[in-house]
Amino acid sequence: MANKPKLATVSLAGCFGCHMSVLDIDDRILELIELVEFDRSPINDIKEIKGRCAVGIVEGGCCNEENVHVLKHFREHCDVLISTGDCATMGGIPALRNTIPLQECLEEAYLKGPTVYNPRGKLPNDPEIPLLLDKVYPCHEVVKMDYHLPGCPPSADTLWQALVALLTGKPIALPYELIKYD
Amino acid sequence: MSAKVAFTIDGKTVQGEQGQTILQAAALASIYIPHLCAMKGLSPWGSCRVCTVLVNGRPQAACTTPVAEGAVVENDTAELKDLRSSLVEMLFVEGNHYCMFCEKSGNCELQAMAYRLGILAMRHPYMFPVRTLDASHPDVMVELNRCILCARCIRASQELDGKHVFDFVGRGSHRHIGVNAATGAGGTNLKVTDKAAEACPVGSIVKKRVGFAVPIGQRLYDSKPIGSAIESGRAAKG
Amino acid sequence: MTDNASVSRQICGNFANDKGRLMDILLGVQAQAGCVAPEALDEIAKSLSMSRVEVESAATFYAFFSGAPRGRFVIRLCNDIIDQLHGMDRIVAAFRAELGIEFGQTTPDGLFSLEYTPCIGMSDQAPALLINSTVVTKVSTDMVHEIVQTLRVSKNLEQLKLTLGDGNNSHPLVRSMVNNNLRERGAVVFAPYTPGVALQRALSEQPVELIRIVKASRLRGRGGAGFPTGMKWEFTRAAAGERKFIVCNADEGEPGTFKDRVILTEAPGLMFEGMTIAGYAIGASEGIVYLRGEYAYLLPYLEDVLAKRRAAGLLGRDILGKSGFKFDIRIQLGAGAYVCGEETALLSSCEGKAGNPKTRPPFPAQKGYLDMPTVINNVETHCAAARIVENGPTWFTSMGTKSSSGTKVFSVSGDCSRPGVYEIPFGITVEELLTHVGASDTIAVQVGGASGRMIGPSEFNRPFCFDHLATGGSVMVFGKGRDLLAISHAFMDFFVEESCGYCTPCRAGTRLLQERLGRFLTGQAESADLDYLEKTGKTVKTASRCGLGQTAANPILGTLQSFRPEYERRIKTNGSVFLPSFDPRKAVAVASSIAGRESEQFGTQKGGVKQ
Ligand SMILES: Cc1cc2nc3c(=O)[nH]c(=O)nc-3n(C[C@H](O)[C@H](O)[C@H](O)COP(=O)(O)O)c2cc1C
Ligand code: SF4
Ligand code: SF4
Ligand code: SF4
Ligand code: FES
Ligand code: FES
Repeated sequence: MANKPKLATVSLAGCFGCHMSVLDIDDRILELIELVEFDRSPINDIKEIKGRCAVGIVEGGCCNEENVHVLKHFREHCDVLISTGDCATMGGIPALRNTIPLQECLEEAYLKGPTVYNPRGKLPNDPEIPLLLDKVYPCHEVVKMDYHLPGCPPSADTLWQALVALLTGKPIALPYELIKYD
Repeated sequence: MSAKVAFTIDGKTVQGEQGQTILQAAALASIYIPHLCAMKGLSPWGSCRVCTVLVNGRPQAACTTPVAEGAVVENDTAELKDLRSSLVEMLFVEGNHYCMFCEKSGNCELQAMAYRLGILAMRHPYMFPVRTLDASHPDVMVELNRCILCARCIRASQELDGKHVFDFVGRGSHRHIGVNAATGAGGTNLKVTDKAAEACPVGSIVKKRVGFAVPIGQRLYDSKPIGSAIESGRAAKG
Repeated sequence: MTDNASVSRQICGNFANDKGRLMDILLGVQAQAGCVAPEALDEIAKSLSMSRVEVESAATFYAFFSGAPRGRFVIRLCNDIIDQLHGMDRIVAAFRAELGIEFGQTTPDGLFSLEYTPCIGMSDQAPALLINSTVVTKVSTDMVHEIVQTLRVSKNLEQLKLTLGDGNNSHPLVRSMVNNNLRERGAVVFAPYTPGVALQRALSEQPVELIRIVKASRLRGRGGAGFPTGMKWEFTRAAAGERKFIVCNADEGEPGTFKDRVILTEAPGLMFEGMTIAGYAIGASEGIVYLRGEYAYLLPYLEDVLAKRRAAGLLGRDILGKSGFKFDIRIQLGAGAYVCGEETALLSSCEGKAGNPKTRPPFPAQKGYLDMPTVINNVETHCAAARIVENGPTWFTSMGTKSSSGTKVFSVSGDCSRPGVYEIPFGITVEELLTHVGASDTIAVQVGGASGRMIGPSEFNRPFCFDHLATGGSVMVFGKGRDLLAISHAFMDFFVEESCGYCTPCRAGTRLLQERLGRFLTGQAESADLDYLEKTGKTVKTASRCGLGQTAANPILGTLQSFRPEYERRIKTNGSVFLPSFDPRKAVAVASSIAGRESEQFGTQKGGVKQ
């Protein structure tokens, strides 16, 4: 029990869909718990990785400085990092803003958009709000990622097969039906 | 009846006919050479380069290279697979492909090619280009974020519909599909029943109001890789 | 520009509403109306019975056509590497200050537009620029001021021409400030020429005998690819076709090549004579010279040479009294597209289309211009063929080497004291040529232009010839202190700009290579990038559809081979968790300036915001 490898997961600029997919492995989650111990994860609300993790699952790309910081933290503490889902592998829906300059994006979202109600007429700028990046970055354009599992989200079977392969020291070799970009 | 031409693909002897391309002769012999811009019934074009094979050691596009007696063609090699993957990845990063909400997903030849090649992430950085969406036509949408510049729409319109609805405009990285009206596709004589409206291998020219009709799992490439029809011999007969 | 439509209609009429002449029509509309506006597209389409989008396809392909009005004087500054090394930045700054606009913009009074252009064939007198079709070379910052003042006041380009260039550059029909810098004349191209002598000789032989003579001379194409000229003629003669054509490739777009310009200025008669002889040899009665748009200033003069040849019975019907042999030549002007030097793209352009290369096979010898058998040869090749017929193949093979007979005309530019044009027999080594041109402390030589190869001193003992260092003529010399990767990067910029965009590897791959090479220049490269460049370069080379893409990776593949330490010393190894290509401070810089606060995590980047 004490020697079980640790697994950490995080959602950066994602929608938690990939995490839902992890939960979607249904009762196999019990088998998974046999194989690993969960470190930092939204599932247990631990904020910092404490020890060394064998595997880190990253959902979402990087849209702000906080994402970048957390991704770096994961890279520093995980032996193997998996880009999970289309947001992590290519930016996903958040990256739709990448063709529009940041200033314009913010103005559309907070000042000029047809449904905006913002009597103060200012962009939100609380020091607590992390600064956005110039564009949304896929994780592998920020740090080195070891594996990629595309899909929006990747299916539970995809996640399950990949994790089991990794944790049992086998190469990840997804069958045709499990490589999906949607 | 044209003269017979014998050559080999990956060591297997193929009987072709004078005037055929390597791609055509291969398909009739149930050998799949990956291709995107080539389409049955349209004249060869040669832009995607995914069909690159070695002919007597020299790289050639199988879709535009005629068969030749005694030619030695290499197709299914690790090196060519890597080259094709790199090209397919170029097509992804130079456009904006959001498969998660694309009507073509599951039936898209670009996506299917990536699946068949086992591409999990792109080796090239995403370019996130600014491209246009033209919804001016009542029945057809032209969504150039997904265009791979294969000219199938151009050729189908000219060769099958007898029109000239589409053509390329601009040069180099500015090259894009233009339509035959200053006001957009809605100003052209394109009909939803035209062959040009269904020639697009990706979700760049799609018919309106018919997307997402087929449930996930039953779409064209959900369980069978692109090329399966050719490999099983169904294409040769059909 | 309301008269865009009427101008278009009238010009179409001048060309008998022939869609094959669309290039000339677009050139005419651009010149007269200042742009090819949307109304012009409609009008041209109507007049020529074409689809509008087909006209648009051609009109948007060439750099010299614009959809919206540009200034009355369009200043195009060459931004190729040679100009960069000769103080282009200072010229750029001077123009911006003088006109108060950026490159890509037009002054509010509609008088001036500033643009960049790739090599305009003046690399031996850089920095160089075009103002409409007037060439100004050896531009200095003082000249920038004078140019602008003069044009503001007089609105007349002739006023700029205080001194004219050497040789025929001062001919009344040329009146150009360009210099030939013809440093060495050889026995073939630049030897004294008497019109009609070679042609007379040719007409006394049977056509097949001429082909035999050219084959025996072992003449190979001077445009770069080096295909045996006699064989090309033989194939074209043998091919079936109602009409056959002789094309002369005077597109000369390869950076650092300008020898065809000097031939066109000093020996156009010889070139036309070579074309006429080729026409007799293969059974063609029509010739086309494809002249790059940048050399439009030579057009009136060349037309005059043609007119004189017609008057002298060297062109037209029953040439030199040979009954039944007719041949005439027209000049097709290009409009700013390097790819149109590729022979099949050139044919597309001559046919009035966008300059897309054609699918091969069929080759031009079978199906060329208008799908008819066509010979395409370089300017210099046509000249050499005429001389071979005049003096015999043995005379020709007595010069040069076994594989490469005759002379070669070199265009030499860069770090040397005597840049210019040299006609020298094949076989001269790099070292020897460097001595001729007055180069010292040379660290690298770019042989064959951007698409060629960069070699270092260890290869300077190699000879120029088809077996060793093949070149269409471009030799760029780089001296001590030059940054070879920055030079290669400039070449990649060129290919990105000039790819026609037809095929994936060239259209997208050149951009990817350019970006990745850029990482080495900005300290953002990691060692894996070497592998990326190597592999992606090979993909572009292997999979591209035409010669442009097939050679576009050469600046990288060549330097990876010959100058690898240049790459290795720039690899970043600071042990950061971030990829060297990702700079978090840069990524937050825009948001930081919008929010007016520093990044909690990463601080801000010194030196300002960049998006
Ligand atoms: C991108 C590209 C540009 C070229 N530019 C020229 C050119 O400017 N002049 C030229 O003579 N050949 C050029 N060529 C070579 C021509 O395609 C062709 O080989 C040549 O004109 C044949 O003539 P030659 O056999 O006399 O050399 C170019 C080739 C490529 C691929
Ligand atoms: S066109 Fe194909 S690859 Fe592009 S987003 Fe749609 S499904 Fe995906
Ligand atoms: S719109 Fe579709 S068919 Fe037309 S070029 Fe683009 S990808 Fe090809
Ligand atoms: S290689 Fe392809 S894209 Fe490049 S110029 Fe040739 S045809 Fe055009
Ligand atoms: S299928 Fe041959 S190049 Fe596209
Ligand atoms: S004219 Fe500038 S490099 Fe040739």
